[in-house]
Amino acid sequence: MKDTPLSNCERDFLIKAIEEKKRLDGRQTYDYRKIKITFGTDYGCCFVDLGQTRVVAQVSCELVAPKESRPSEGIMFFNIELSPMASPAFEQGRQSELSVKLNRQLERCLRNSKCIDTESLCVVSGEKVWQVRVDVHTLNNDGNLMDAASIAAIAALSHFRRPDVGIQGEEVTVFSPEERDPIPLSIYHMPISISFAFFQQGTFLLVDPCEREERVMDGLLMIAMNKHREICSIQSSGGIMLLKEQVMRCSKIASVKVSEITELINKALFNDRTARKAGRKCGFAESLPQERITALKTDQSEVEMTDVSERASDIIQKAEAPPPMAASPVLPAPGVGQVGHGLQNTWGLEEDEEQEEESSGEEEEIKMEEEQREKDKTTEAVVEISDSEEEEVVILYPETTKKPKNAGSSSDQKGAAASKKRQKK
Amino acid sequence: MMEVSASSVSLREFGCEQTLLSRPDGSASFVQGDTSVMAGVYGPAEVKVSKEIYDRATLEVLIQPKVGLPGVRERSQEQCVRETCEAALLLSLHPRSSLTLILQVLHDDGSLLGCCLNAACMALMDAGLSMSCLFCGVSCAITADGRIITDPTAAQEKESRALMTFAIDSTERRVIMSSTKGSFSVHELQQCIAVSQKASEKIFHFYRDSVRRRYSKNL
Repeated sequence: MKDTPLSNCERDFLIKAIEEKKRLDGRQTYDYRKIKITFGTDYGCCFVDLGQTRVVAQVSCELVAPKESRPSEGIMFFNIELSPMASPAFEQGRQSELSVKLNRQLERCLRNSKCIDTESLCVVSGEKVWQVRVDVHTLNNDGNLMDAASIAAIAALSHFRRPDVGIQGEEVTVFSPEERDPIPLSIYHMPISISFAFFQQGTFLLVDPCEREERVMDGLLMIAMNKHREICSIQSSGGIMLLKEQVMRCSKIASVKVSEITELINKALFNDRTARKAGRKCGFAESLPQERITALKTDQSEVEMTDVSERASDIIQKAEAPPPMAASPVLPAPGVGQVGHGLQNTWGLEEDEEQEEESSGEEEEIKMEEEQREKDKTTEAVVEISDSEEEEVVILYPETTKKPKNAGSSSDQKGAAASKKRQKK
Repeated sequence: MMEVSASSVSLREFGCEQTLLSRPDGSASFVQGDTSVMAGVYGPAEVKVSKEIYDRATLEVLIQPKVGLPGVRERSQEQCVRETCEAALLLSLHPRSSLTLILQVLHDDGSLLGCCLNAACMALMDAGLSMSCLFCGVSCAITADGRIITDPTAAQEKESRALMTFAIDSTERRVIMSSTKGSFSVHELQQCIAVSQKASEKIFHFYRDSVRRRYSKNL
């Protein structure tokens, strides 16, 4: 399904509003939308709401063989899945330009910035390392997927705990969460991507563009930064020329935003930790809003079971008896099966017999003829070298000429049957 | 003759939120205990020529697992959900158009297919699509000692001898779809159907409550 296009009126209206320093949702130029971070029941599961944009990230891990070039380093794998749920324009299982761009940016933001200690993921050097996989699913696309994905990914990575492993000699044991407490990943810093949209060849700048603004923008600048004000990656797309001052201003804004968001992530992680410690329920089920008209929750409910047994037996008794088994198949002759109603095939059986009787005399004649022909063939074969199997046998063992004869006679019968048919016609 | 003990037959607490996503035409998230599924519906909309059906709408169901890419398991679940929805939806009202239902698994703690069906029904309702009846999904597990558990958790599913999921319609409580795993007798199957029909009343009651709440003027 195609995305609904933006009409010229809407386009003009949006640009005019931006020129007047106004935004559709009433935000100021440098304002972020409301960010909500929730964690799931599993470790390493994080939901991020950035206004109406929604993404979910799930971290998982497994033991694999390391790359040959880096035998003592764990492997990080990132995948942003543009689910068709987020937007009708996203197609299932197709690598679009946008998904490649987002995946690349997330990789540069989190893997190439070395924010995760990959050496601590090594179990046995050169043999077994942890592969940490981050799956980001988009649920609703209302613009700025990249920022939401980067927040979700880093928050999920900080929330994630991998199973503990024990090494005794050659043996590697993976302990379940009940046996030993799982271990969090060691994270050096938290890079967060901040997006800036440029309009009118870079004259106007907006932070955190929404979906409509993304459609009319001329260029996009994504800066990934951590709270120590270190730039981890910077990417400009859309083909606009930016001045040095503009980039500097953006990086200043980014540093402010990043420190705010990092604080928010830490607060969310802290809340989740205390909730888990206190044994309270956490996860998606708890994040359902209570005071909303569209949401409803019930408590655990018993199902009344008084007459279930009786009803089941009733139904079985009432049910029709299974159809009687078909009688054992009729065998008119050995090696012949018959399926169907009648016991005997009434189709031209007698006729066949008659014909057989008639033709039996001729058959013998034909047989003789055929045999004769075969013999001729074999004698010929001794002279001429050809690739038939029978003939080869003759050449190699001339004393066993009887053999091909036998084989020949069996084919004779076939030939006879064939000729019989011919006659019938 | 086995007996059904009343204690094991209960539904976990469940909850639902509708219209929570802005982009899809209808969306819902359904939570059963810890199992949660989010659903989004797009349509009726333009259909690809290759998928066009001249007298009814084409329904496409996609299930997205939480980790990795959709595989064979998701395909079979998609088919179960699609066939149930096709039975309930009045597809002939929208000829030569497409309906897309996307289900995102958010957490799997047992009875996933049942939860998917419930989320799908709520999302279709939210999208305002005409249906001949509503449907709900109920999962039952039979333990090794022959007890029936409705709405099993993942741990209960693992220990069970057989697992069944039924889709039940709201008008006559008939079985629209059944998906079973493991071995069981005819009597056990009938008992599970009877239990599911009982349990479905609770879920339909919940549907009614949530719709009533949605169209009420106060909370």
